[in-house]
Amino acid sequence: MAPAPTATHSVVTLTVNGEKHTLPVDHRTTLLDVLRERLDLTGTKKGCDQGQCGACTVLVDGRRAVSCLQLAVAAEGREITTIEGVAEGDRLHPVQQAFLDLDGFQCGYCTPGQICSALAVLDEHAAGWPSAATDDVRPEAGVPPLTPEEIRERMSGNLCRCGAYVSIVRAVERAAAADRDASAADAPGGGDDIPADASKEAVA
Amino acid sequence: MREFGYLRAPDVSGALALHGADDGTRFLAGGTNLVDLMKAGVERPERLVDLAELPLDRIEETAGGGLRIGATVSNSDLAAHPEVRRRYPALTQAVLAGASGQLRNMATVGGNLLQRTRCAYFTDLARPCNKRTPGSGCAALRGEHRNHAILGASEHCVAVHPSDMGVALTAFDAVVAYETLDGPGEVPLADFYLPVGDTPHAETALPAGALITAVTLPPAPVAARSRYRKVRERASYAFAIGSLAAALDVRDGRVHDVRLAFGAVASRPWRARAAERALTGGPATAEAYAAAADAELAAAEPLPDNGYKVTLMRNLVVAVLTELAEEAGR
Repeated sequence: MAPAPTATHSVVTLTVNGEKHTLPVDHRTTLLDVLRERLDLTGTKKGCDQGQCGACTVLVDGRRAVSCLQLAVAAEGREITTIEGVAEGDRLHPVQQAFLDLDGFQCGYCTPGQICSALAVLDEHAAGWPSAATDDVRPEAGVPPLTPEEIRERMSGNLCRCGAYVSIVRAVERAAAADRDASAADAPGGGDDIPADASKEAVA
Repeated sequence: MREFGYLRAPDVSGALALHGADDGTRFLAGGTNLVDLMKAGVERPERLVDLAELPLDRIEETAGGGLRIGATVSNSDLAAHPEVRRRYPALTQAVLAGASGQLRNMATVGGNLLQRTRCAYFTDLARPCNKRTPGSGCAALRGEHRNHAILGASEHCVAVHPSDMGVALTAFDAVVAYETLDGPGEVPLADFYLPVGDTPHAETALPAGALITAVTLPPAPVAARSRYRKVRERASYAFAIGSLAAALDVRDGRVHDVRLAFGAVASRPWRARAAERALTGGPATAEAYAAAADAELAAAEPLPDNGYKVTLMRNLVVAVLTELAEEAGR
């Protein structure tokens, strides 16, 4: 027996960059289209619209996701962060600053997705997640440092048609080093006397 | 895309009731394959039942010393889990070899097993495809089939299953647990995918309206020394053209226990039991590995443009088993 027909539209409340938005959506609408067309948050870009290029990457509950394959109606109750929510006022996030300083882009179209992805890469690495570039994935082997090889693998879901990859890898490397120095400074007994290379060994 | 209804299930029994074994209803988990197929017009559900709130996102110890992986555990969480990395490292490697960080965060274990083939004809509505439209024919047989099946296919369909995760799960004797309105059931992953025959559209042994609730891994000491190697046309973020999950226990130069499963060669992850039988109890040498691979691949029926996969799989078996044996010797 076929179930009774269900509505094809719903009113949803989405939390984007800390702000709640209540709006009616056709269930077919992706989170990407809501961000761009309804909330005027056009930083998130539509590339392939098939989950293959990463231009639409946002953070959902702190984890990176492609917003083109995320139905908006299914995102209700999640915390969404877009590129517009990354900086603190006029102060760029260190990952954004690294992309600027090291020319981690050419035309810039893929950049919001690259930056959102890079933010998550740093968190995933800090949480001890291995990658396909990690030789020994056993927990006893520890977390490998974010080498260029690790960065390339972890960022492989973000394509750049301009081919700015060399600078993108450098920018993520710089941001990772800044992250590491910051946490070394925060650690009890840690700080300035720990050279960058030593802290790299400590986590390796 | 066709308009559809959307319902959020509160729990497993609620999900089953909302689905009602209705033909036009699909369960929604990560959506990374389903939503894409809906955009392409290949999937045209009337309603989706969202599983996001179901309590199936945990990995737990089983009484027998294995692991029970909830169906909505994300690929990322599965790959990062310390006990998966410790006891079944090839499973972590397989999951990490698939898709991208973004997709692994969204995708789930149950969804991974139910994802559809990436055969280009399956998503091209202008071309025949027996899997999409039963009886319409197979465009791949005389078309683009470089990456199609060499084992277990039929004249009706030569598509391969795209999962990496499933290859490692198959090597380690995973069992799929599901619930239906009539009660629970389980099926070994080795029997989960149906033979292709003349019904390539019927892919799994799941009853209508069934919901996968978990995948259980029995204890497998041999899996502690295991490896997944994936061959693809670029270094990352691409589907396999051939892959291997292997585990090896060598004692006194002889093969005490071995597990082998092939990916991207058949409509399902392919457990290489003939190769395992050929190896068990025999010498752990490159010659023996090659002979075992040949025993498995004797059944291969390559198409005009994918014969390279036979050589590729043979070389993968020899290379990976050699590495595992060397590792054990260190």
